[in-house]
Amino acid sequence: MEVRLTDIRKHFGPVRANDGITLTVAAGTIQGILGENGAGKSTLMKILSGFQPADSGIIELDGRLVRMRSPADAIRHGVGMLHQDPLDFPPMKVVDNLLIGAPGRIVPRRREAAEAVAALAASFGLALDLKAEVGSLTVGERQQLELIRLLWLGARVLILDEPTTGISADQRGELFDTLRRLAAQGKTVLFVSHKLEEVQELCMRVAVLRQGRLVGEALPPFRVDNLVNMMFEREVSLGDRYACAPGKTVLRLSGLGAEHGRIRFEGLNLEVKEGETIGLAGMEGSGQSLLLQTCAGLAPPISGRVQLVGADLTGKTYRQFKRRGVAYVPATRLEEGLIPGLSLAEHFLLTEKKSGIFINKERGRRIADERIAQFNIKGTPANTVESLSGGNQQRALLALVKPGSKLLLLEQPTRGLDVESVIYLWSKLKERCRGREAIIFTSSDLDELLRYSDRILVFFAGRISGPFQAASTTVEELGHLIGGGSASDGTGPCVAVDGAAVGGAGTDVAGTPVAGGLYD
Amino acid sequence: MDGTTLVIGLAGVLATASPIVVATIGETFAERAGVINLSVNGTILLSAMGSFVVALNTGSLFLGFLAGAFVGAVVALIVAFGSITLRQSQVAIGFVLTLFCRDLAYFLGNPFMGEKGPMLPVRPIPLLEDIPILGTMFFKQDVMTYFSFVLIVVAWWWIFRTRPGLVLRAVGERPEAAFARGARVSVVRYVYTTLGGALVGLAGPMFSLGVKAGWKGTISGLDGLGWIVLAIVIFGAWNPVRGALGAYLFGLLQWLSVVLQPHLQSIPSQVLQVAPFPLMILTLLFVNVGNAEWVERVLAALPEPVRRVVAKAIRALRVVQPRSLGIPFERD
Repeated sequence: MEVRLTDIRKHFGPVRANDGITLTVAAGTIQGILGENGAGKSTLMKILSGFQPADSGIIELDGRLVRMRSPADAIRHGVGMLHQDPLDFPPMKVVDNLLIGAPGRIVPRRREAAEAVAALAASFGLALDLKAEVGSLTVGERQQLELIRLLWLGARVLILDEPTTGISADQRGELFDTLRRLAAQGKTVLFVSHKLEEVQELCMRVAVLRQGRLVGEALPPFRVDNLVNMMFEREVSLGDRYACAPGKTVLRLSGLGAEHGRIRFEGLNLEVKEGETIGLAGMEGSGQSLLLQTCAGLAPPISGRVQLVGADLTGKTYRQFKRRGVAYVPATRLEEGLIPGLSLAEHFLLTEKKSGIFINKERGRRIADERIAQFNIKGTPANTVESLSGGNQQRALLALVKPGSKLLLLEQPTRGLDVESVIYLWSKLKERCRGREAIIFTSSDLDELLRYSDRILVFFAGRISGPFQAASTTVEELGHLIGGGSASDGTGPCVAVDGAAVGGAGTDVAGTPVAGGLYD
Repeated sequence: MDGTTLVIGLAGVLATASPIVVATIGETFAERAGVINLSVNGTILLSAMGSFVVALNTGSLFLGFLAGAFVGAVVALIVAFGSITLRQSQVAIGFVLTLFCRDLAYFLGNPFMGEKGPMLPVRPIPLLEDIPILGTMFFKQDVMTYFSFVLIVVAWWWIFRTRPGLVLRAVGERPEAAFARGARVSVVRYVYTTLGGALVGLAGPMFSLGVKAGWKGTISGLDGLGWIVLAIVIFGAWNPVRGALGAYLFGLLQWLSVVLQPHLQSIPSQVLQVAPFPLMILTLLFVNVGNAEWVERVLAALPEPVRRVVAKAIRALRVVQPRSLGIPFERD
């Protein structure tokens, strides 16, 4: 289906989110929509998918003028949108989730629907567990589910908003294959992203937005510097790899095991030194977050010990971990990290040492001004956190973690951020490493893991392999390990560090011992 | 106590608990849609009084029950209008309404205190009533008790097996996603809040024209039951079947407090009378014990096979509320 947008305008107060955008996408095209955080990509897509009405402008599908009053309207016209955070119902069964919003009789025929959807999924080589609860699936699986659901409802234009955030490399490969197949069937795909390499790999055309305007279009072969120039109006350099000189041991895990739901790992031995950065790789939901939570005292270990600078903290509470210098930064910024409705100044006051029972507004503003400058946050002390863009929320979250911690635990710290924000964030994090703070972080971005970690642990179905030296591991090797391959049959030998680090055999989900990567 | 007395006693529990069952299911509908209607206690009192007066003056039980449902629906509509359309606090509106309706019931009902009104007759179901034990318990009841049995099944089926039920759950869980799927969030909330209110309103006449016939003002013994209903909805995990079991448990506790009184002379009768209320709170605590952090720690220390079984059991008991409960929906 051909999509034609003409002179789309939308403003929020004084901000012109879309300032007269005109764009035509031919049927069967995978069109990339590129732009930094806040460039107006999401607004444009929300207008096309009926979530927000435009102030003015025309939408035509196959030459027919359409009005989208609601997302349900849009899907009736064949336009479906896949959100960065899948708009589904976590406590419900997958089948129920599919049936909500699907037309049909009062008593739905569950089995028929399940079979139809399963067949559709299979035709794209995807396997959906229709009996599972949505909440037990990984973000990647939920995304596949949404994609299949939209196709099942007859979507011919698919909008994907930052779809690769939070999914594994394998799932990304599957997604891209599916999208290519859809394009070949004549469906139109709008792929919103700020990740240049993905756009390069997948898209047939790219439109670049900046400050609410369409600043240019490009056809393959795409030149990265050209696209970056269009996005930022200047050049952005990745900077050099920073390696730290590790010092004393900060964290020692011995024979650690933990379990949450169906995720479980056992027998993990690891020593983390001052100033060191450990990356946790693996498909989302393979146990990386669980390890972070165990190290933060949020999840009690079922076996083994956690020691922090010599003190045994096994089974102690989060407060005690925190008091000893562990800082945990969760992936969901607005749910767990920040408090919607409170201003930046109030956030900083909350984390400061208490002085009396009254709020010292002046002090809050002062601290906020200081940190805003220091962390380059685009906002004022009076701004509520939810009014900030994703990148700025992440900066604010990091600014809340006071310097002088011993161990930073970061869950997906750069999720949803554009290149420039990622570079900035890591420059700040590496400053902390120089200040002898150790970092453990999770990411689904292999390049990020290799660039910023000193050592990498790889999670696969509850088995942990490594640690591998990041400097001497390639993207291909890492991708192979994440997919469940072992290092020995990989494309090349990975270098593992101290032999005592990981005790080889882990235990898989079902509880039977499996080969533990390197040391078997 | 011999067998017959026990069976009749249990049949009585089913009958006396039936208004609580109906009110619980009504409130379950409203809360599944994301609206807490806190006016339940006042609604039951006002509808009990109103329907009694209507039945007394018209001589029609049917009109009495209709009046009860009408009162409940109107009160619920006020809650819905205030919280959905005006986006005001559901708790504040419901709380004020519950106090207002209670006092209104006592005030308007004053002239009719102690009058003898009509009462719902017991209608045994032929053949079925002859089944030993079960016949007496389930098939020698009044019409509204039968209605409560049917309602449990129908409400469960509607919520968990039909398409509109799915939409109802979706709206209460994640209204923004439900909206994206084409649900009319506000309409759904209005409909189920009003319907739920009408069911709560039926509980009033089920007392005043049934199990606690008559209107005796402040000593009617109905004040407080509405609050128990709100607790049972939570105990029932917003599931009509589990909610009904909670209502029967409460009815059983009330019955025991009466039956055991002669045998427990040393305990003041007032203690036994109020005992069901704190016992319900304890039950609620027990059901939700899995949400406590210390439980996870204790569990982690158990041997593996035991831990798995216990963890599973606790997870099954645990109650998770509809995520958007009490939160107004705003389309951005």
